[in-house]
Amino acid sequence: MKKLMLGNAAVARGLYEHGCRVASSYPGTPSTEITEELSNYSEVYTEWAPNEKVAMEVALGASIGGARSFCAMKHVGLNVAADPLFTASYTGVGGGMIIAVADDPGMHSSQNEQDSRHYAIAAKLPMLEPADSAECRDFVGEAYRISEEYDTPVILRMQTRIAHSQSIVELGERTEKELKEYVKDPKKYVMMPANAIGRHVVVEERTAKLRELAETGSINRVEMADTAIGVIAAGTCYQYVKEALPNASVLKLGMVNPLPVKLIQDFAAKVEKLYVVEELDGIIEAHCASIGVNVVGKELFGLLGEFSQRTVAEKLGTALPAGDSFPEAIPGRPPVLCPGCPHRGMFYSLHKIGVTVSGDIGCYTLGALPPLGTMDTTICMGASISGLHGFNTARGAESAKKSVAVIGDSTFMHSGITGLIDMVYNRGTSTVIVLDNSITGMTGHQQNPTTGYDIHGVAAPAVSIEKLCEAIGVNRVRVVDPNNLKEFEKTVREELAAEEVSVIISRRPCALLKSVKPAPALTIDHDKCITCKMCFRIGCPAIAMVDGKVEIDPTLCVGCGLCQQLCPKSAIVGGAK
Amino acid sequence: MSKTTNIMIVGVGGQGSLLASKLLGNVIMNAGYDVKVSEVHGMSQRGGSVVTYVRYGEKVASPIIALGEADLIVSFEQCEAARWLPYLKKGGKLITGDQKISPMPVITGAATYPENIPERITATGCDLTVVDALSLAEQAGSAKAVNIVLMGVLSKQMEFSVEDWKTAIAQSVKPAFVEMNEKAFELGRSI
Repeated sequence: MKKLMLGNAAVARGLYEHGCRVASSYPGTPSTEITEELSNYSEVYTEWAPNEKVAMEVALGASIGGARSFCAMKHVGLNVAADPLFTASYTGVGGGMIIAVADDPGMHSSQNEQDSRHYAIAAKLPMLEPADSAECRDFVGEAYRISEEYDTPVILRMQTRIAHSQSIVELGERTEKELKEYVKDPKKYVMMPANAIGRHVVVEERTAKLRELAETGSINRVEMADTAIGVIAAGTCYQYVKEALPNASVLKLGMVNPLPVKLIQDFAAKVEKLYVVEELDGIIEAHCASIGVNVVGKELFGLLGEFSQRTVAEKLGTALPAGDSFPEAIPGRPPVLCPGCPHRGMFYSLHKIGVTVSGDIGCYTLGALPPLGTMDTTICMGASISGLHGFNTARGAESAKKSVAVIGDSTFMHSGITGLIDMVYNRGTSTVIVLDNSITGMTGHQQNPTTGYDIHGVAAPAVSIEKLCEAIGVNRVRVVDPNNLKEFEKTVREELAAEEVSVIISRRPCALLKSVKPAPALTIDHDKCITCKMCFRIGCPAIAMVDGKVEIDPTLCVGCGLCQQLCPKSAIVGGAK
Repeated sequence: MSKTTNIMIVGVGGQGSLLASKLLGNVIMNAGYDVKVSEVHGMSQRGGSVVTYVRYGEKVASPIIALGEADLIVSFEQCEAARWLPYLKKGGKLITGDQKISPMPVITGAATYPENIPERITATGCDLTVVDALSLAEQAGSAKAVNIVLMGVLSKQMEFSVEDWKTAIAQSVKPAFVEMNEKAFELGRSI
């Protein structure tokens, strides 16, 4: 049966068909749907882990235990999981193990544009890169085969345009893989120096064998055509090249680490001019230089952003003329907090108080944008709390009375807890606001350890954020509804004044949760409205000026009532009272 | 290489472009074409400008559409129609819903919403169809069916039969919503 499938769904299909038994992941765009889709196959155990390091360790443990295993993460998640990654390279596997990592050229939904191929090189692991959904499915099978034959975890490199593009996949049946027998083998699995010294030798021998595979395996292929131009490319760049230069000769790489030597040298000898088309860093290009092959790459294409067929056509062929432009600048449309979002009231209060805000990764990062504009820093998962501790340690006790950290429930579980422990243990006095909206929001509603549900939506033990904070040693833990603006502001002011660590749990479920029923839309009483625009200060997309009057869009408003609390003339009417 | 047809679906995050592209992708696949659909998930979905690329033909390579390549653009919102205009091929067709949704820079007063968008798009020489898709969607039973109404309008520019589209609707939405979406589709197609 043929099916139009998202690249991520095709990876999940491949895992199902090739006998994956255990998968553990932390959500992160553009990798999330792999594990979500996989959770629909009851033959495979799936779970959301609190972070990527835990997920990879679960997958490695399952592999050592004899199962074909899997974990997925976005590129920055691999930073978190780098510790087990490098040593898993030494231990090798029991059952086959695949690590999917999704890069995000162009940063559609990420805080940096790092190139995960560096990890494959640094950790000395084979890395495969599919170029469409059919390859996503097929490369999973190839990755498991390589993993078991070469005794190594295999990295499957995805990127946004492969992960989030649908193309046609021919579905196959599942082949069950029985659990391998577990045999105790400390020389392989106990990575203390004496054993690791021996395993490093194995790693280098394995890399040499994988280089041979790169030369001869069918995963890398030469498509000879016109020899005036030759191009080396992998993944989505291969597709852009095929589109822009249908007559060029192409060396398509399916395995991007280790890279072949002779295959490239032979290809180079057959073409007049050789180009490398690769997004982000010049890794294939540097490899070519190191083996004495002249290529043109980054000097033409640069290091920034994502490419398209037009990028290739402009440099090496003929690009179509752009269409007509609208004769006026179009206002930008940045993403916004949704109508009814519980973060809106929280940010409005912080903006009003005028504190420095140490931010984190999640929907609430959008609080950095106007008109709320209430975020000073956003670095990585968990950095809000530890970063604030550093900031206030540098600037003194008074600074702690004018600053807060904001972090979501899932991010707090991911890596906020350790920062909070540091803050309490080292006698900080800062204020931390945990935004508990009962879900992992930005990645599209995944459960996490605080929500009380597992990946299947089945009831599961819930971590109590209050009790956890108390156990860490936080004496001042308060829970408040951010949509109650007066109460929220009062609470923040009190905790800022306290000369010890405070945690405020800002608790209200995400407005998009099915369990949250929208209230009737509010309306403007134009007899009372004086167009003071106070209600515009919360940056709600449902409120706009229409023909000189303030109007609420009834298709967007969910009746949260936040704007009513700001209106000095009680001109916003309706909704639940 | 045989001709590839390029269709873009543009709008504001939350307007239902993912369902529209799923429906369109299924119609095309059922007809035996190669097809690629490229979407945006994650941050931009939260009320931002979103675009979906649908490409089909004998063999499709790139999943995305570049400037000047789109044969057809379907927009759910006027300002987004204007934004993506440079992606339309010379002689291409643009279909837009007549809804206006103010982006945040307009709400905060940092920018203004362009006036008379349809007239000014037409003045560039573009073949433009403007549809009151929201009213038709409400007539079909749900304001959320704007996406399917616009697929109905689009369908008249494409080779597939009403039956092809209905089959794909049944593949793309839950059974309880098939009837409403079929009605929305027919209202759009009857424009």
